[in-house]
Amino acid sequence: MLSRTADHLYWMARYMERAENIARILDVNHRMSLMPQSQAQAEQAWGATLRIMGLEKAFGQDHAEVSADAVLDFMVFGKNNPASIRNCLHAVRENAHAVRGTLTSELWETANSTWIKMSAYTLEQIHDAGVSDFFEWVKFRSHLSRGVTIGTMLQDEALRFIRIGTFLERADNTLRILDVKYQLLLPAGEVEGGAADYHQWSALLRSVSAFEVYRRVYRDVITPSRVAELMLLRADMPRSLARCMKEVHANLRLVSNDQSAETERRAGLMEAMLRFGRIDAIVREGLHNYVVQALAQIQDLGNRIADDFLLPVSSAR
Amino acid sequence: MTTTGFYDEMRDGAGRVREHYKAYQSWLEEMPADRLSQKRTEADTLFRRYGITFAVYGEDAGKERLIPFDVIPRIIPAGEWQLLATGLRQRVRALNAFIADIYHDQNILAEGRIPREQVFDNAQYRPIMKGVKVAGDIYAHIAGVDVVRAGEGEYYVLEDNLRVPSGVSYMLENRKMMMRLFPRLFSRYRVAPVDHYPDMLLNMLRSVAPVGVTDPTVVVLTPGVYNSAYFEHSFLAQQMGVELVEGQDLFVEGEHVFMRTTRGPQRVDVIYRRVDDDFLDPLAFRPDSALGVPGLIDAYRAGRVTLSNAVGSGVADDKSIYPYVPDMVRFYLGEEPILHNVPTWMCRKPDDLAHVLAHLPELVVKEVHGAGGYGMLVGPAATREEIADFRARLEAHPERYIAQPTLALSTCPTFVDAGIAPRHVDLRPFVLSGEEVQIVAGGLTRVALREGSLVVNSSQGGGTKDTWVLEA
Repeated sequence: MLSRTADHLYWMARYMERAENIARILDVNHRMSLMPQSQAQAEQAWGATLRIMGLEKAFGQDHAEVSADAVLDFMVFGKNNPASIRNCLHAVRENAHAVRGTLTSELWETANSTWIKMSAYTLEQIHDAGVSDFFEWVKFRSHLSRGVTIGTMLQDEALRFIRIGTFLERADNTLRILDVKYQLLLPAGEVEGGAADYHQWSALLRSVSAFEVYRRVYRDVITPSRVAELMLLRADMPRSLARCMKEVHANLRLVSNDQSAETERRAGLMEAMLRFGRIDAIVREGLHNYVVQALAQIQDLGNRIADDFLLPVSSAR
Repeated sequence: MTTTGFYDEMRDGAGRVREHYKAYQSWLEEMPADRLSQKRTEADTLFRRYGITFAVYGEDAGKERLIPFDVIPRIIPAGEWQLLATGLRQRVRALNAFIADIYHDQNILAEGRIPREQVFDNAQYRPIMKGVKVAGDIYAHIAGVDVVRAGEGEYYVLEDNLRVPSGVSYMLENRKMMMRLFPRLFSRYRVAPVDHYPDMLLNMLRSVAPVGVTDPTVVVLTPGVYNSAYFEHSFLAQQMGVELVEGQDLFVEGEHVFMRTTRGPQRVDVIYRRVDDDFLDPLAFRPDSALGVPGLIDAYRAGRVTLSNAVGSGVADDKSIYPYVPDMVRFYLGEEPILHNVPTWMCRKPDDLAHVLAHLPELVVKEVHGAGGYGMLVGPAATREEIADFRARLEAHPERYIAQPTLALSTCPTFVDAGIAPRHVDLRPFVLSGEEVQIVAGGLTRVALREGSLVVNSSQGGGTKDTWVLEA
């Protein structure tokens, strides 16, 4: 497969996944904002959303202060926000357009019609219909896209690069969601199980569609360390870091080329560390430090994948 | 419903429905009044969802537009098609013989049938192709010949497009759309299928691979997503199951062409290029081209890769060469041309120029190197200022123009805002030349949607129709 084609497929999948995760994060915040809370708490929560994606600066350039409406506008429509849902869905469509011949027509039409609908949305419409409806729509377009991918694409390299993009992006997003909430919900000095609010933790779980899963797995009260375990180490949880790295590693092995051995090794190492890791050890050493490290490893993998497969490989190499 | 003076595809001069449109007419009469309008809306929605659009240049740059699709088919009876197809095959064989001759022995010039300067001063003549052997001695593998009907319905060739003719994807998509919108209509007619075109194209491309290559790798080369015909490029690559590449995906090493893949370099043997000659190789042609592949022309001249169509094919489809095509048929094939040429005045000739200047309001004047319906004067439809403007241009640079009588293009019933009304149409069948010359029974019918307009180009408000060739 052409390197350029692989690059477009990989980014198409990453942007779709990113749009979905942003919708999830915003939806949870929105739901939480409906519960009784102080102005300061509310602002803190919306500010945290921006921090998750590392967008505080970009937001500051467009808006004077953090409010629910401003963050919503910025994260859904923000022209200068590379991660706004609108920009993500546009990037999905443009990447798909560039390789539409490699996609099944159903997959291309999914990307195209998602964008046609998105480009017609306005903030007023979203408010009128209920913001949760809109986030639901984004999530379901992503589900649809993934389902069409798995249900129609030939199981060849094209599918592998799409899957790598999906799971690498999801690994990154899951870590960010966990990190910010952890910091937000466990202010310095506070101990687990202390003032941390049940609603907040359950909201976090819902943002990764894991509330029911938690109940099934633990059949017990919600504690921060179990939430962290579920999101990091449980390989049977589809949005956990362990699951994502398992998929990344497996798909990397299937597209292996002459120069990709080191990349595979690093992905494999990360998968193994997650598989045999223990949550007490991670919490003891500090969850935030762990997340920072893991995010760096994911970024490193992304760079290595680009070097090994996606950038035009010059003949001299 | 007849337009006096024009040949109508559906009705004869007395307004009677022609034999081959009778079943359509009775079907139409059974339709509820608003059905066509519903179906047209449905088609628009579907085309947009499929992303069957073309990029617009100029003021709306970056936007994508739909080419208006008309829901009424253009129907061609079997006998008519047979004659047309035979004529097209003959014409394309002669054109290929001419190009081969020009880049080798130049017999036709030696015999004085065509003035030498008409060839050598032509920007489309590529000296670097002189003496280069191309696979199968075929240059124009894909030709999109524009045909119109005038007078009593006789067919005229308006243009031979031998560089990178486009539109075939619309021929295929229009048929799919018609079958989706009006499935029952297809039980009333035996319409020759067209959907095997990509197969035919792939077979042809494989058949013209460099000598010694047994299992050739074929690719489609596109200028990229912003090209107006990008949809067609990706469509054809997908339908043939080959890679769609851009210049940056290819490189040349040791006179071989490779594409950059996730598993390292892979040899490429046949390039169906949808990039003009000028942009193919910055080392050979325009040095500022970012679309091309440095070294491609060296590899090509060395016979390591096939370019389709061949470099320099454009020398034969230029408007200044066009008047000589009937002579080519006689000279190379020893046959009488089956298809008519439109009488053409070459303004570089003083006598012709004088005639043209005296009859401007009746004539169509075209730039010799123009395309897309731009830079053209349609005398009868032009204002006094436009005519004066063209007169000045002709006097300044007569060699840049040709003129033809304004053809009374045939009309075909078309569904417009006011209902069903006759609109002028042309036809572009696609002729493939490999080991043999093949044509799918059909083509792209373009229709000028504005009342009275003779310009069918999509860039100028033209639409398309499904074209039905009936089986005998």
